[in-house]
Amino acid sequence: MRLENLRRTYGSVTALDGLDLHLEPGELVALLGPSGCGKTTALRLLAGLEDADDGRVVVGGKDLTRLSANRRNMGMVFQAYSLFPHLTARQNVAFGLRLRGVPSAERRTRAGEMLELVGLSTQADRYAHQMSGGQQQRVALARALAIRPQVLLLDEPLSALDAQVRTQLRDEIRRVQLEVGTTTLFVTHDQEEALAIADRVGVMRAGRLEQLGLPGEVYARPQTPFVAEFVGLSNKLEAEVRDGHAVVLGVPLPLVDPSVPAGPALALVRPEAFSLAGHSAAEAGPLDGTVISTTFLGAVSRVRVDLGGGVMVLAQLSTGEAGDYPAGTRVRLALRRDPVLVSRSVGGAAE
Amino acid sequence: MAEVATRQRHHGVNARRRRRLDVWRRVVFVVLGLFFLTPLYAMAEFTTRGNGENAPRTLDAWRQIVEYPELTGAILTSLELAAITSVVMLLLLVPTMIWVRLRLPRMRRVVEYICLLPLTIPALVLVVGLAPIYLWVTYFFGDSPLTLAFAYVVLVLPYAYRAIDSGLEAIDVPTMSEAARSLGAGWPTVMWRVVVPNIRPAILNASLLSVALVMGEFTIAQLLNYQNLQVAINLLGRANAGVSIAVALASLLLAFALLLVLSFVGGGRGARSAVEKG
Ligand SMILES: Nc1ncnc2c1ncn2[C@@H]1O[C@H](COP(=O)(O)OP(=O)(O)OP(=O)(O)O)[C@@H](O)[C@H]1O
Ligand SMILES: [Mg+2]
Repeated sequence: MRLENLRRTYGSVTALDGLDLHLEPGELVALLGPSGCGKTTALRLLAGLEDADDGRVVVGGKDLTRLSANRRNMGMVFQAYSLFPHLTARQNVAFGLRLRGVPSAERRTRAGEMLELVGLSTQADRYAHQMSGGQQQRVALARALAIRPQVLLLDEPLSALDAQVRTQLRDEIRRVQLEVGTTTLFVTHDQEEALAIADRVGVMRAGRLEQLGLPGEVYARPQTPFVAEFVGLSNKLEAEVRDGHAVVLGVPLPLVDPSVPAGPALALVRPEAFSLAGHSAAEAGPLDGTVISTTFLGAVSRVRVDLGGGVMVLAQLSTGEAGDYPAGTRVRLALRRDPVLVSRSVGGAAE
Repeated sequence: MAEVATRQRHHGVNARRRRRLDVWRRVVFVVLGLFFLTPLYAMAEFTTRGNGENAPRTLDAWRQIVEYPELTGAILTSLELAAITSVVMLLLLVPTMIWVRLRLPRMRRVVEYICLLPLTIPALVLVVGLAPIYLWVTYFFGDSPLTLAFAYVVLVLPYAYRAIDSGLEAIDVPTMSEAARSLGAGWPTVMWRVVVPNIRPAILNASLLSVALVMGEFTIAQLLNYQNLQVAINLLGRANAGVSIAVALASLLLAFALLLVLSFVGGGRGARSAVEKG
């Protein structure tokens, strides 16, 4: 499946500004981006629910750009609950099959299978208002898959659910997707969701794709400052670029992009680049600070450290280590020499 | 201890408030009930009065209803009018409103304005405008009282519009239609198989209002010189007050029964359709 140079404007707002995307068969690609960056618009253009101003949608070698939504054979799960309230779960799932003239007995069997796939065979005769939000979205997923779509489109299907159901259903979606092998485009603004289940992650910004890559790649080697900031937490620290290095807090770090001009800049440093420095003089980290607060996240903890001089950093430590340093105690940190991405140079911002 | 006491006190306050609400509810119910029932009772009393000072109660007035053939005709006319008006109104309004909501959201205000317009025009004025048009209507459709349906569709438009609009407001029409379309439904399917089944109560309400309105309509029929139920009752009233009141009461009860039946037909839908399609 290919999206080529898709463009769409609403009045003066440019929702999509030349989006290019290529999906391999059976692949799950997550589109990640902040609110309003055009993710939903991209899906709607794909599904044919909206017309593109420019560009093409090609699926399996066929140009679908001018085809209306009901002829495209794409399954879609929406952000809002979208089950038909007057039909039971089974009838909802069978709806698409009925429109395709599948005989009643076969419809029933297939709807039953799909409901079983999403783990809801016992709820088949319930109406939407008798089901929880998570169950409704599962039925919606089953309904979208029942028509054996060429492409499955998911528009933040989990955003209306609470945290626990979310992770559970997220993994469920991936399991089902792997089982049926449908090419899937999954839209979300939750980076954790995207990184967790996607084969590849595309980060969008203002109607364009900033970076498309494996989840690990996008996280560890962001190509632009925007991606670095949006995916994962980052410390923004003042730095001095010179001789192909960025000197951050007195530590010279290699640059991701060596062509950055010398001068003052902002470096984006991941919390996990910090670690506890030993107390031996040899390993003496250059960074002495006071622990301000600690957030426990299970096995790891995020510790906010005041390094003095108005510099605060967020460091990720193992919870065992962090426990040794309650708020108010002194701590010494070391900075790992990972390649760092430099955001706008401080001088540049001033012009 | 203190906490328990507070909770109990709260409980007591709540219970007392609930009881007071209950009493209020009953009082309002009784007062309103009396307000509506008194005239009905008076009508019933009047129609069963015998002739003379201390004559015994009689059902003569009621018996005479069937003896006026014009009256049965008028009742039938009104019922037919109610049916035709409802059907035409639904065929006109439902697809238009769904379509406007789905495809022409900018036209919504305009459609609303047009539909609510008849509300602001007094029936008398309406008739003045309708009279010349009815020359054409009778020319094409003959001089049947059923042609009144044209005027009545206009008359019920505002009420029906409101009822259907609130039904559409209550469901997420755009999302549901998009879901249906992505599953392969064309626009007619979206309309009849997805949206309409979900606004059935609203459609029913619109029909009920139309029926009630048409059964009680007098001005237009009278001025355009057609005989419907109310016109017949009015005529009869001049000849025989007892019978005319009996008919009025009967038609009220009839309308009430009709509305009750219709709303039951609507109410039983959920269970039945589940069985039908299951
Ligand atoms: N029907 C519309 N009319 C006018 N502007 C629109 C319309 N739909 C979207 N937009 C605009 O297009 C831009 C992209 O919208 P879109 O819904 O694609 O964002 P999104 O990435 O899905 O955001 P979110 O994460 O909040 O769902 C936004 O600026 C939005 O205001
Ligand atoms: Mg969106």
